[in-house]
Amino acid sequence: MTSGVGEPLKRARRWHIAVFLAPAVLIYTAIMIVPLFATLFLALFQRVEGQQIFVGIANFATLFGDPRWAASFWNALWNNTWFFIVHMLVQNPIGILLAAILSNPSLRLRGFYRTAIFIPTILSFVIVGFVWKLILSPLWGVAPSMLDAIGLRHLFSPWLGQEGSALTALALISVWQFVGIPMMLIYAALLSIPDEVIEAAECDGLTGFKQFWKIQLPLVLPTVGIVGILTFVGNFNAFDLVYVSQGAQAGPNYATDLLGTFLYRTFFGFQLQLGDRNMGATIASVMFFIILAGVSIYLFLIQTRLRRYQF
Amino acid sequence: MQGYKGYLLGATGALALGLAASSLLAQETTLTIESWRNDDLSIWQDTLIPAFEAEHPDINLEFTPTAPTEYNAALNAKLEAGSAGDLITCRPFDASLALFEQGYLAPLDDLEGMANFSDVAKSAWNTDDGATPFCVPMASVIHGFIYNADAFAELGLEEPETLEEFYALLDAIKEDGGYVPMAMGTVDQWEAATMGYQNIGPNYWMGEEGRLALISGEQSLTDEPWVAPYRELAKWGEYLGDGFEAQSYPDSQNLFTLGRAAIYPAGSWEIALFEEQADFEMGAFPPPVVNEGDTCYISDHTDIGIGMNAATDNPEAARTFLNWVASPEFASLYSNALPGFFALSNEPVSLENDLAQEFVSWREECESTIRSTYAILSRGTPNLENETWNASANVINGTETPEDAAARLQDGLASWYEPQQGE
Repeated sequence: MTSGVGEPLKRARRWHIAVFLAPAVLIYTAIMIVPLFATLFLALFQRVEGQQIFVGIANFATLFGDPRWAASFWNALWNNTWFFIVHMLVQNPIGILLAAILSNPSLRLRGFYRTAIFIPTILSFVIVGFVWKLILSPLWGVAPSMLDAIGLRHLFSPWLGQEGSALTALALISVWQFVGIPMMLIYAALLSIPDEVIEAAECDGLTGFKQFWKIQLPLVLPTVGIVGILTFVGNFNAFDLVYVSQGAQAGPNYATDLLGTFLYRTFFGFQLQLGDRNMGATIASVMFFIILAGVSIYLFLIQTRLRRYQF
Repeated sequence: MQGYKGYLLGATGALALGLAASSLLAQETTLTIESWRNDDLSIWQDTLIPAFEAEHPDINLEFTPTAPTEYNAALNAKLEAGSAGDLITCRPFDASLALFEQGYLAPLDDLEGMANFSDVAKSAWNTDDGATPFCVPMASVIHGFIYNADAFAELGLEEPETLEEFYALLDAIKEDGGYVPMAMGTVDQWEAATMGYQNIGPNYWMGEEGRLALISGEQSLTDEPWVAPYRELAKWGEYLGDGFEAQSYPDSQNLFTLGRAAIYPAGSWEIALFEEQADFEMGAFPPPVVNEGDTCYISDHTDIGIGMNAATDNPEAARTFLNWVASPEFASLYSNALPGFFALSNEPVSLENDLAQEFVSWREECESTIRSTYAILSRGTPNLENETWNASANVINGTETPEDAAARLQDGLASWYEPQQGE
């Protein structure tokens, strides 16, 4: 009893930590980490006479070195980049603008607008693709007849069927569908700005647009950053909308081919083209590295420089 | 008491056994058919199976289809496990060839019924050297043009025979302005290749002659017979509907069946649907020839066949059935039940559906061939069939010249197909 003071307390083993973490760790490992590494692994093999043979980085060399593969890849990568640029230039500014308007307390029917703008986000790609194909259809679409009604029929063209406009049209459809997400995130961030800050600004004579520009926007910048990175990851994984509206061949003339559709055609095959799992895995790996690089740049170069305010 | 009961039980048991044994002796082989043709279930059960069983009471047939998208995978798994049916419906070309090479399909070179088929009909289920067929051809689809006969009568137009007449016809419809001359879109791409290039092409590359020359490397895709169809397609754009670049396959079908378009570049599989939906008279003409009196060629593309599981317990019964499939009787039953899918035997079949009869009658006047890109030439990357979709759509859209498209396809093919790499 007397010696109890100097003796270190025997630490209880905290089994419960491991027990509580186990389900998440196991499930995440089984459905995310293992398939990820399996894909990276598969990219290092090639099927030769029915056998999987280790070929090192030969598949990557083919993807970047063979003129045909490289042309398809760079085409898909550029299309993907353009898809992302359209989202960054259209979706996110509109999202911020809508959030700013919604957070204005004098606006009536706020709940209705918020819900109406957010609803397309929860629709399936199949529905969105199909509805917009119908709207833009040169034969039965609403778009040509509406333009006709105001005498601007000549402005209509079959956008989804033209090489120059198909990808931009699809990107704008995607923007229409997903603009609710940046709006909601930024709206939430705007609501968390304390009233005192706004009142103080008003006392200093900052109102309206200036107030938004100088006070609110800087305060929600970290959220805008998150929205940007979500857009990046989402866009570089995009596949569904193109597949639904243009098919796996991503026409016209591969003008809407994204990395996702390129991967799909290669991995699973299409029509008479048999699937090539190894080249497919190679493309999937490259997509992973691109997204990893993008996220890393954000995390290490941008996020660390963003200034945060605590209230 | 107890003993008496036991005796009774024993007697009934013996009787039952005796009955079972006698029915076993009288017959009876059951053959199971694997297929992806869900849609044809009622045709098999109501028409084909009763007809066969009436002739062969000792053989029972069971038709067990799987969903089309699952068929290949399900069949492979069953074949590996040894639980597949006795008879196997064959996909055309490489999918079935692979099964044969793995020993799952029995060779049928000694089946008497095979004599009823031409080489073209057998080409989809043959070894590359053409020596060993392994499936009995069941049906093909034929390409041509379906037209709105009421519209033709209204405008005083007639079926064209030559290319010149064809364009004169299209110009006349265009000038009248009441109908879209031709219903086709390019956004789905395969319409442009299948109903465009493969439809009119055989007249230029002389059907089988050109197709085989391309496979052997004697001709190339940049030769005139292969570029000329693209030159024709390049002219089609101005006769298609407004905004055809974004017109999908169902759009084209509706445009025609609603009576807004006069001509539909078609495959015969459309017949059943069109008959159901269109409320006007329809007619059909084969792809027009270049000069009057030229031999005409049609794409009579083999689509479905049936073979024998090499591991079947009842090879004799299965062969009996396959011989029946090769007979004119089956040809007539099948083609009439499914208008637009034509049995492939040499014997001419008479069909009750006029439009289908029109299509199948071209076999008498014209030479048959299959789609040029399907056999052998689509085994590598880039895939010739898929690239042909792209090229045909580009050419009709006017975004690539016929010559450029042909040169690109030839480059792609030569990059992996040895016979095309010569010189």
